[in-house]
Amino acid sequence: MAETDSQRSQRELNEILQEKTAEVYGAGATVENLTKLSMGASRECWSFDVSGTGDSPVPLILKRDPVNYDADGSIAKPAKDHHTTRTTEGQLIVEGGKLDVPVPEVPFFLEQNERTTEGFIMERLEGETLGRRILRNEEYAEARPKLAYQCGHAAARMHQIPLEAVPEIKSMSAEEHLAMYYDQLSAIDHPYPGFEYGYRWLQERLGMAGDKTAFVHGDFRNGNIIVNEEGLAAVLDWELGHIGNPFTDLGWICVPSWRYGHYNKRVGGFGDLDDMLQGYADGGGGEIDPEIVRFWEAFGTLRWGIMCIGMGFSHIDGPIKSLEKAAIGRRAAETEYDLLQLVD
Amino acid sequence: MPIDRPNAQELVNAVREHLTKNLAPTLSGQPAFHLLVATNVLATIERTLTNGEEMDAAEAERLKALLNTDTEDVIELNRQLAGKIKSGELDNQSGEVLEHLRRTTVDKLNLSNPKYMVSRD
Repeated sequence: MAETDSQRSQRELNEILQEKTAEVYGAGATVENLTKLSMGASRECWSFDVSGTGDSPVPLILKRDPVNYDADGSIAKPAKDHHTTRTTEGQLIVEGGKLDVPVPEVPFFLEQNERTTEGFIMERLEGETLGRRILRNEEYAEARPKLAYQCGHAAARMHQIPLEAVPEIKSMSAEEHLAMYYDQLSAIDHPYPGFEYGYRWLQERLGMAGDKTAFVHGDFRNGNIIVNEEGLAAVLDWELGHIGNPFTDLGWICVPSWRYGHYNKRVGGFGDLDDMLQGYADGGGGEIDPEIVRFWEAFGTLRWGIMCIGMGFSHIDGPIKSLEKAAIGRRAAETEYDLLQLVD
Repeated sequence: MPIDRPNAQELVNAVREHLTKNLAPTLSGQPAFHLLVATNVLATIERTLTNGEEMDAAEAERLKALLNTDTEDVIELNRQLAGKIKSGELDNQSGEVLEHLRRTTVDKLNLSNPKYMVSRD
């Protein structure tokens, strides 16, 4: 029987990882247990172990662009978007690590060639990434009270990544960032007066956004961190990294949707704002006016709401029908509710 | 809509109860999660069939007063409201506008996810 695309993709990936690990860990290194983790359309994640290094097997994760084949059997170039490349994402993680942001080690990268898309390899850390479990499971009971401070500290460190360290990343002011999401809303032919109100409120208060330009993680929230029994183990998902207003990150982690029902704990559903801001100050980020966080929390709530609306309409109008996208579309009402509580 | 029973709301309820009681216990992992998404959507449809018409009428009444218009169509009324918020025409009534918008989102959540508002107290 002929090899399917997914069989070919896995076979070629296995070959490449075998070659690369031999270069990095020595000739005896062997790739084992290569398993595809996420079936998401936007990125591929694979888990594997490297044995034969002399020590115990090295647990690793590969994150790469999705492999799709053109008619001639070559790998299609991934679509351009406002995200970083996988190489840049991996480099940002390395830069964060240099400044003591908890991150996985990044032992090597994959360049796009005839057998694979671009990707990077990172250490597979123990711990939990699912927000609801972090907030509910008994084993994280002692970690939870520490997380807001630790996240504040990690944010302050990230925001000190030198801008010249990763020259490829995009630059976006608060105003441009707000306009980007509002343009997405305006492109949809359906009225959303609640979001219109929220947008206008934000636009009139751009002066509350805080005046600072630095590296911004862009997707720093409960759900994109690894938590273990001791607390914050790693900050993940750096692909929205850009140069802009760093307080974007402090508001995003406070967006009520990422509190998973634990509304009274403003930071990620696990902690208080004072703790996060103390961690931010101790990490070298300076004293932050809570009103700046309020602005960016409202901004983040608007942003997630518009993203939900976009997913709903991509189900309605797009080529791929999905129950999950349809259901997320109506979750915009949750963010609209939250946004209208935040504004006045 | 026909007057025959079970009506649409009762039929959707029957489907949801069947899926929840008979199918859900046989599933685990991703399929169980997807079924939960599906039954939550069905619950939204049930609540919409029960309360949606009344909510639309109340929203339209509020909007007609706020916008001072005779337009009846609730989507068109929302278009007008969105346009006037954008242009700043309603700035001198922003308290009333915000109150209307908050009431409307409470209605939306009463259909799509009533627990969302409860969970914060």
